[in-house]
Amino acid sequence: MAAFASSTATRTSRAALVASLVVVVLLAVAPRFLPRSATQDMLQVFLLVAMAQCWNLLAGYAGLISVGQQTFVGLGGYGLFAGAITLGLDPLLSVALAAVVVTALAFPIGALVLRMQGAYFAVATWVVAEVFRILLAQWMALGGGTGMSLPGSAITNQTAVHWVSDAFEVRAAAAREIIIYWIALTATVGVIAAIYWLLRSRLGLALSAIRDGEVAAGSVGVDIWRNKLIVYAIAACGTTLAGALYFLSNGHISPDAAFSVLDWTAYIIFIVVIGGIGTIEGPLLGAVIFVVLRSTLSGYGPWYLILIGALGIAVMLAAPKGIWGTFSQRTGVQLFPTRRRLAAILPTPTESEARHADP
Amino acid sequence: MSTLNTLIQGVLLGGLYALYAVGLALIFGVMRLVNLAHGDFIVLGAFVMLGLGMAIGVPAPVALVIALPFMFALGWGLQRLVLNRTLENDLLVPLLVTFGLSIIIQNGLLQIFSADSRRLTLGALETASYSFGGVSVGVVPLLTFVVAVAVVAGLSFLFYRTSLGRTLRATSDSLPVVELMGVDPRKVFATAMGISFLVITVSAFFMGVRANFDPSAGPSRLLYAFEAVVIGGLGSFWGTLAGGIILGIAQAVGGSISPAYQQLAGHLVFLAVILFRPRGLLPKAG
Repeated sequence: MAAFASSTATRTSRAALVASLVVVVLLAVAPRFLPRSATQDMLQVFLLVAMAQCWNLLAGYAGLISVGQQTFVGLGGYGLFAGAITLGLDPLLSVALAAVVVTALAFPIGALVLRMQGAYFAVATWVVAEVFRILLAQWMALGGGTGMSLPGSAITNQTAVHWVSDAFEVRAAAAREIIIYWIALTATVGVIAAIYWLLRSRLGLALSAIRDGEVAAGSVGVDIWRNKLIVYAIAACGTTLAGALYFLSNGHISPDAAFSVLDWTAYIIFIVVIGGIGTIEGPLLGAVIFVVLRSTLSGYGPWYLILIGALGIAVMLAAPKGIWGTFSQRTGVQLFPTRRRLAAILPTPTESEARHADP
Repeated sequence: MSTLNTLIQGVLLGGLYALYAVGLALIFGVMRLVNLAHGDFIVLGAFVMLGLGMAIGVPAPVALVIALPFMFALGWGLQRLVLNRTLENDLLVPLLVTFGLSIIIQNGLLQIFSADSRRLTLGALETASYSFGGVSVGVVPLLTFVVAVAVVAGLSFLFYRTSLGRTLRATSDSLPVVELMGVDPRKVFATAMGISFLVITVSAFFMGVRANFDPSAGPSRLLYAFEAVVIGGLGSFWGTLAGGIILGIAQAVGGSISPAYQQLAGHLVFLAVILFRPRGLLPKAG
């Protein structure tokens, strides 16, 4: 008899963790040195990364393909506006409140759409997004179908604006952008860390089991329904947070923008697929590629979207693992490994070799 | 009387939704593929007929006849060249490839035809209507409904009474077995997609003469089609027709309360069906 010890960490992954910390610190001080337009682009990348990681958690790890994540982007945005305008809260508090309330709402929504499987689940999530789009277009206090902007008072009274404005010697508007940038960076790092931790936990193991064979997973005691619902709510939480921060930064919201299937699902899917589905690294890479493509090609209008669609299809058919997945498969490099590997076989204490074993 | 009128308009609208839906149900039944570009192909079909009218000046019904073989070939080729490659994989690849196609079609149409709202014209027939005891029924909606019933009957006949239908059902039941029988499933799938595209073209014609359409109209057609399929259950094409009618009635009732609630009412009925009868109202036996 022997016991087994498993580990997900490798020498590369420990180095990657240290490197990530350095990158995060550099990103945090970047607004001091970079022009405003650059930090605005980076902010977009952060939020897209957070949304892409959440979609990837559903599709790449839990086998749940949603085309309705715009539900949570939109609810996050409208939650922020509702808190800031109808309740008069500080926008930052309003973002946090939106994340909490919408995550709670994600449980009944998830319980409903998870009654459908596979492609049916996908389209059902889309219908739910449409329902919220139509409902919020009826909410006249928040601008109805045409939408509205955050009032100036909500913007200037935001927490810490004056402090940053003094410390960085910038105007209030720029200080506000820097604060949102930091919060977006924190939120995105938080989302990545949470998902990475989750995938290495028991829940992550259960998810891989469900994705690779639902019947088999159920037969060894994995509670499929419960695990899927929890993951759905976690992904909803991260997406809501990113959505609320997007509309905080944007300052304007409308039902069509908030619940756009193109912006919040098609682009996010493109990011995950190009980068590499089922990896933590993929969405990071994909978001950078997407933003670079968008800033170089957006002048071409429909052609740019046709290219995005065609690239997505080509990658799906030719290299379904995406850029990072293909690279990782060829080289064996994984910066954020989640797969458990056998680290050691530990003989049980009754065996004489126990003394020599090196756990 | 207005309640009766709402119901009748709903049933007739349901005919159009059933036309959208049977093409989707056919493909799902044969190859378990949910074509997320289904609605965009309907809109593409309408633009093909519009383009034929603009280019060679033919009336819409003639354009329909010309478009049918072209659309069959498009569906057949799409399946052979693209979608057959996705079917060995799990759910992800076919869903995302059809999602990508949806974006390509929408933006391709936007590039060629601009974002303007269009309509297929039928002349005087468009506004013609019959009156039965105070309820006015448009000729075009009535014709749509009759054609929907005919298409459902035709597909049922094809599936359950012909040799091609037997092959389609057998391929749906077990790929390995039909392969042993000498059937090439790739060709069967291509034929099924071709047939689906014929239905798509017919539904595109009626969509185009009944209402305005523009390049972004596809996704909502997909949702209506999908909702009708799920509400009806996957038992038969007749179930899909029933699903379309229920969706049509729900939308008509919602729309009679406030125009904003037309779509909402349809979506809510769909979500209620998921909640209470996830296998649909007329599910497959067993």
